[in-house]
Amino acid sequence: MSSHVNRTGKAGGLYARRPDIFPRAVDGFYRRLKWAIMAVTLAIYYVTPWLRWERGVYAPDQAVLVDLANRRFYFFAIEIWPHEFYYVAGLLVMAGIGLFLLTATVGRAWCGYACPQTVWTDLFLHIERLIDGDRNAQIKLRKAPLGPSKIVKRTAKHSAWLLVGTLTGGAWIFYFADAPTLLRELFSGRAATVAYSTIAILTATTYIFGGWMREQVCIYMCPWPRIQGAMLDERSLIVTYKEWRGEPRTRGLKRAVDRVEVGDEAGDCIDCNACVAVCPTGIDIRNGPQIGCITCALCIDACDDVMARIARPRGLIDYATFEDCDVERKGGAPVPVRRTILRSRTFLYFGLWAAVGLGMIVSLGARTRLDLSVAQERNPLFVQLSDGSVRNAYTIKVRNMETRPRTVRISIEGLSGGAIWDSLSDEGSARPSLTVQVGPDQVARRRIYVRASRSGPAAQDFTFGLTALDDQGGADRDAARFDRPETVE
Amino acid sequence: MSENSEKQIDAATGTELNTHEWDGIQELNTPLPRWWLWTFYATIIFSLGYVVVYPAIPLMDSATAGTFGWSSRGDLKKEVAAAEATRASTNKAIAQMPIEQLAASPELMRAAVEGGRAAFKVNCVQCHGSGAAGSKGYPNLNDDDWLWSGDLAGIHTTLVNGIRQPGDDATRVSQMPAFGRDQMLTAAQVEDVVSYVRLVSRQEPASASAQRGTKLYADNCAACHGANAEGNRDVGAPNLADPIWLYGGDRAALTETVTNARQGVMPAWGQRLDPVTVKMLAAYVHSLGGGEQAKR
Repeated sequence: MSSHVNRTGKAGGLYARRPDIFPRAVDGFYRRLKWAIMAVTLAIYYVTPWLRWERGVYAPDQAVLVDLANRRFYFFAIEIWPHEFYYVAGLLVMAGIGLFLLTATVGRAWCGYACPQTVWTDLFLHIERLIDGDRNAQIKLRKAPLGPSKIVKRTAKHSAWLLVGTLTGGAWIFYFADAPTLLRELFSGRAATVAYSTIAILTATTYIFGGWMREQVCIYMCPWPRIQGAMLDERSLIVTYKEWRGEPRTRGLKRAVDRVEVGDEAGDCIDCNACVAVCPTGIDIRNGPQIGCITCALCIDACDDVMARIARPRGLIDYATFEDCDVERKGGAPVPVRRTILRSRTFLYFGLWAAVGLGMIVSLGARTRLDLSVAQERNPLFVQLSDGSVRNAYTIKVRNMETRPRTVRISIEGLSGGAIWDSLSDEGSARPSLTVQVGPDQVARRRIYVRASRSGPAAQDFTFGLTALDDQGGADRDAARFDRPETVE
Repeated sequence: MSENSEKQIDAATGTELNTHEWDGIQELNTPLPRWWLWTFYATIIFSLGYVVVYPAIPLMDSATAGTFGWSSRGDLKKEVAAAEATRASTNKAIAQMPIEQLAASPELMRAAVEGGRAAFKVNCVQCHGSGAAGSKGYPNLNDDDWLWSGDLAGIHTTLVNGIRQPGDDATRVSQMPAFGRDQMLTAAQVEDVVSYVRLVSRQEPASASAQRGTKLYADNCAACHGANAEGNRDVGAPNLADPIWLYGGDRAALTETVTNARQGVMPAWGQRLDPVTVKMLAAYVHSLGGGEQAKR
């Protein structure tokens, strides 16, 4: 880990400037995998807010919408209310366990392929290559004095980065409002200030993190590499330089070919530095596992390419487990990947992950879209009425989580002779049950009075019941308590 | 530290060592990244800007105003003004609506009840309690027992004119005589009347004393409190037959009441609060559970 810093650290200085890293373009299996994942993740990010989902007249038709103003979260057919936030907690738990699962199985695959920092940095690097050229051209341009060509290229690069940053920030806000409407408002200047400031902030962070900070975010800012050690074990796949095969290094391709021809002992590594040149974090994988390695495997592609050219088997740098390394070092054959992936630890993580997921699916399927909650008024706890009976007050909330208006009946069970009325009417309308209208996707709040006979226990448990009065039906109930004055005599 | 000092490299890590040595321990020279420094400078620049733009430097009895004159108090003023603006039309409608017809408009009624809830917390809880449950001498506004009136208009009148408020001609006044103090009844007769009242309110069984009290009640009390002790709201005479007592229904409390009478007061809120607030308070008190419909 210090090797990275050491390379950059200027002797005696308190602060080290970032070494320029000019990753060379590379092609190969992992690079293509990276392109594919990048395309998919970016597509998901940019396209999702534009997907539509028909929910009827009372609800928005955006497939994924975080409606902060109305405190609703829409995810395709699923609608989450604030009191159901545990679904979001469940998703976070799944994301956490999923990260454990992924890391225990294939190491820092998240870092190398799917992390937004990696994806956008990769995108920025590619833009840089399109404008400035590949590694050597970039180095040359860096050293060149500031002239018209350099000014044009630099302006083009930073403009393109800022454009990507703006598009990134712009896409984010579409998750929080109706996308087509918001787009029109954005261009006509009528959108909320928070929309513009969010775009500005995300443009700035994307530009700075993707264009300027790059690997420094991974090495200095991200906590994930620091807890990596606890997640990895000897059977996790990580990017490894097989030093038992590569060493001793020969210097240069020609010397390697010569040595191989005379049958001299030579490692496969020809010290061509291709693995270092392609590394987006500027590390030398041959120094062993290190915090700067995000296991993006571009060095594997680069090395395989070289191995092919010098007619050596691929995989001098490869995904391998510590266990494989030990076996191979002693001349044995590595464990098949299938068996490193399918083992008790990954099964355990997968089991936990799937259990949380299944639990959420079951609970989503079983949840009612009508909900009753009752809170007893405690000030005063009870009121003595002039006819000798006693009255308690309750605040009830009827949540209609469906996107149509509903009519429900509120009744009381287990309180003999009890009668209820709400604060908008008077005691004369006291009845055993009460009808309440609830708007679509709304909560009806009512203060309800319950009158019952003076004789009875000082605290009596009973139940409020809710029954939907329309064709679809649906019911809920909530426990409550009826209080009476203590008998003095 | 200087360029000409010999560089020492740590063998294990390949990192340069600092030249200092403490008890044989040398420190690796691992400098902080430079962007860290720039971030630090950026925070300093930000803080300078902040000090200029926002109120920051305390003076003797104020603080620097900041370039835009922003203050949290100003924000509050704006928010209060905005809230008042949103309520203006509702308040106007409530002001124009006679109190009797308020109940016909659920929207206005709801707004009035909420407004009343807030006004109650400021003006009424001192006597009637935060839950309006009252206490000895201060009526419980939750129950259905009313001295004067339990409908919206009646409650409104009580609020506007108060109870026994001098200077308000329309104020509610009831004049219970101090039967004992003014020697209209002897102490023994007071005891008998108390026995009778406790009999009709089912707190005590029949007794010789209550028997004697029957006649005394009919002669002295029935005019206001009614032949069956059911009270009379026209003169604010409480119902003596129900289980609700403003000053207590036990012997000591009743003896005190009959001997010296009770003369509770309430301010005439019409002189202190604006008409809309008083209407809102009436709506809120009416909504507490004991509110009655106007008699037709």
